[in-house]
Parts: sequence; structure tokens; C-alpha cells
Amino acid sequence: MLRVDVSKQLGEFSLEAAFESQGRVTGLFGASGAGKSSLINMIAGLLRPDRGVIALDGDTLDDTAAGIHVPPHRRRIGYVFQDARLFPHLDVRQNLDYGRRMNRLAVDSSQHKRITDLLDIGQLLDRRPGQLSGGERQRVALGRALLSKPRLLLMDEPLGSLDEGRKVEILPYLVRLRDEGIPMVYVSHDAAELRQLATQIVMLKNGRVTALGGVKVLT
Amino acid sequence: MFEISPAEWTAILLSLRVAVIATLVATPFGIALAWLLARHEFWGKSILDALVHLPLVLPPVVTGYLLLLTFGRRGLVGAWLADNLGIVFAFRWTGAALACGVMSFPLLVRPIRLSIEAIDRRLEQASSTLGAAPWQVFATVTLPLALPGILAGMVLGFAKAIGEFGATITFVSNIPGETQTISSAIYSLIQTPDGDTAAARLVLISIVIAMGALIASEWFARRATKRLHGN
Repeated sequence: MLRVDVSKQLGEFSLEAAFESQGRVTGLFGASGAGKSSLINMIAGLLRPDRGVIALDGDTLDDTAAGIHVPPHRRRIGYVFQDARLFPHLDVRQNLDYGRRMNRLAVDSSQHKRITDLLDIGQLLDRRPGQLSGGERQRVALGRALLSKPRLLLMDEPLGSLDEGRKVEILPYLVRLRDEGIPMVYVSHDAAELRQLATQIVMLKNGRVTALGGVKVLT
Repeated sequence: MFEISPAEWTAILLSLRVAVIATLVATPFGIALAWLLARHEFWGKSILDALVHLPLVLPPVVTGYLLLLTFGRRGLVGAWLADNLGIVFAFRWTGAALACGVMSFPLLVRPIRLSIEAIDRRLEQASSTLGAAPWQVFATVTLPLALPGILAGMVLGFAKAIGEFGATITFVSNIPGETQTISSAIYSLIQTPDGDTAAARLVLISIVIAMGALIASEWFARRATKRLHGN
């Protein structure tokens, strides 16, 4: 379970959001500038709330009153960015292996095979990020986050930088991923996308939560 | 004309040794400082920045004299190092390396700092969400991505170190076999009546070394850039 109750002042913009989510896929929905990215960055630990609490499965990640801030590298929260952010100096194989190395996890070749199969990236392993298409890059970024064995996966508009054709290409992989059972927070401004993926919706507008509930709140 | 005398060889090898050691020792400090200046805001940052660039704008004689005051036998640091660690800089080749390292430091730091500033910090964020502690982010993302700048800085620093003259001769004098580098050997030769040919030889050799360094740096930079752009 993810519990968020935070406030943050960013220049003129004030973000004040509270929600709890039991859902397997929590959809953060809102127009651009609604505060979705700031919120997801706070869950990742990349941005510190001015005030509030973030807890995951009973584990406190942020609690400003108690002076707690767990740094991103100790949260075990995977993050798939809109712009993939693959490491340009590493090939696909090394990118995929990065989280395992940093967390000093044992080599798990069955997990590796399962995820490369799931995402169809087995034939890309020796390529460099610069030689990949946008959709391939995003699939590798997904695989890289999954292979670090996170307990929660954050996705910030993972289809946002792709054209319609590519979106259709990636979406089935995301559905497969959801059915794998790994909890996700999925940020999007596209209601149709969330209707396909999310099990619970948090609607944001101008830094405030305006609606909570099932996918029917998207109407 | 092309017979290199043993004395000239000594000067050439000494120059190379001084410049290589100066560059290798200065590089880790240069990287640390470049990173500090590129990625952190702190009190006194502009003073530190100015201090790093000082050898570039001060007359080399002044830098050499300051080194003599500080690291000479009776200097504050020099006396302590000699008594406690047995390290002596005054009138030794190590002193020449120190002078060259200090003089070339600004040229070493600048390209490294620029290349660190150019790194997309979002890649470092991605690395931390994958479980990398700050030192791991630095070692696995920042450092490899800054590599072209580090190599460029090292070559530039090396080129400056091998041609250094003013600070070196002021600090450690011009002792054949100990502190006489190519530059100070040329200086001595053009002051002796029949030194012209030998001076010309050393001039040619220093041109060859400088050209070699530039070509090598181009080559490294191109290779490293290619690697980074993911092709």
C-alpha cells in the first residue's frame, strides 16, 4: 500500500496532495502542469517534500516531522522516465544489468530471460542506446527498471515521447507487466491509456487532488 | 645536426618524466575540484575558483617564488615535509614536477569542469533510482561521461607542464640531470657561444612532442565522444 500526504512549494506553484492506494496500478491523471511529475519525483525520493509523509507497505520513506528522508538509492523504487534515460556509454546488456550491479544482487538469469522475453528485447542486447528506436529505448528502460527488482514501479508518461504507432506497440507490454503483479504508479494525461492500465485513479488539478477512485472517475 | 648528445637526452627524458608525473598526480585533484566547482554551491566558491586560475594570470616567476617560500627547505610546508616524511622539493626534479603541476592545474581543471557541467543530471537521477549510492553514481555515470574532458584536460596540462619554464627555474633552478628540463636547457644553450645547433635540435624535439600530444588528444577525444553518443 502506498500512502502519500505531502505539500511542496515550487516557485509560484503549490502542490498539496494526499491519497492512499491499494490498487495494483495507480493512475496519476491530470493536465500538464498539474503537479504529476513533482508528485512522482517525491515518491522516488528525487524531490523532498516541504512537509508530509510518504510510506510504502508500512515503510516510512519521508516524514518531515520526524526528519526522515530515505535517499532514492535506498528506496527500491524503479522509475521509467518519459525520455528513457538509458546510459549512452553502456550497451543494452549493461544498461539492463546496471541495477543488479548497483544493488549487488546475485545474477538471476531466469529473471533476466523472462523480462527480455516479456519485452522482446533479447535481440537488442549488443546495441548501443543511440542505435535504438524510441519504442525500443522505452522497452529497454522498462526492463532496466524491472531488473533492479523494485517493490514499486513508477512510470512518468512512458508513452509520452512516442507517436501513435509506437504507443500501440508498447501498450501491450505494459498490460503484460500489470498482469505480472508488480505495483505501479502510472502518470499520464491520456484518459484512454489509463482506462486500459490503471486499477485506481488519482486525479490532479493545479496541485490538488480533485478525485479519487476507480477508472470510472475518468469520465 | 641530428646527433642528440647524452646531456640533451637527459634533459628530454627529465622533461617527459616531470610532465608525466605532474599530470598524473594533478589529475585526481583536478577531477575532484572540477566536480566540486561544477556541481556544488558553497561559501567561498568564487575565491576557490580564482585561486585555481591564479597560476594562469600571475607572472610565473611569482608562482615559482611563492613555491620556494612555501615548499623550500625553510618553507612552512617544505620544512615539515622534509622533517616528517623525508620529501624534499627544493632543487630536485620532484620540485620541478610540483611547479609544472601547479602551473598547468588551471588548464587541467577547465575542460574537466566543462564536461561535468555538460552531463545530463537526469542520467545521474536515473542511476540513483536504480540503486546507485552517490559515489557509485559518480564512478559509473559521471566519470565515464566526463572522460573526453578529462583526457583533454590531461593533454592540455601535459603540454603546459612540458613547456613550463619560469616557475620551474625560479623554484628549483637549472641543474643539469636534476632540474634542467628541455626549456631550461634551451635557455642555457642560447646563452653559450656555440649552443645554437643544440638549441635548434631541442626546439625541434619540443615541437615534435607538442604535436604528438595534440594529435593524441584529438584521437582520444574523438574516440571517447563516439563512445558517449551511443553509436
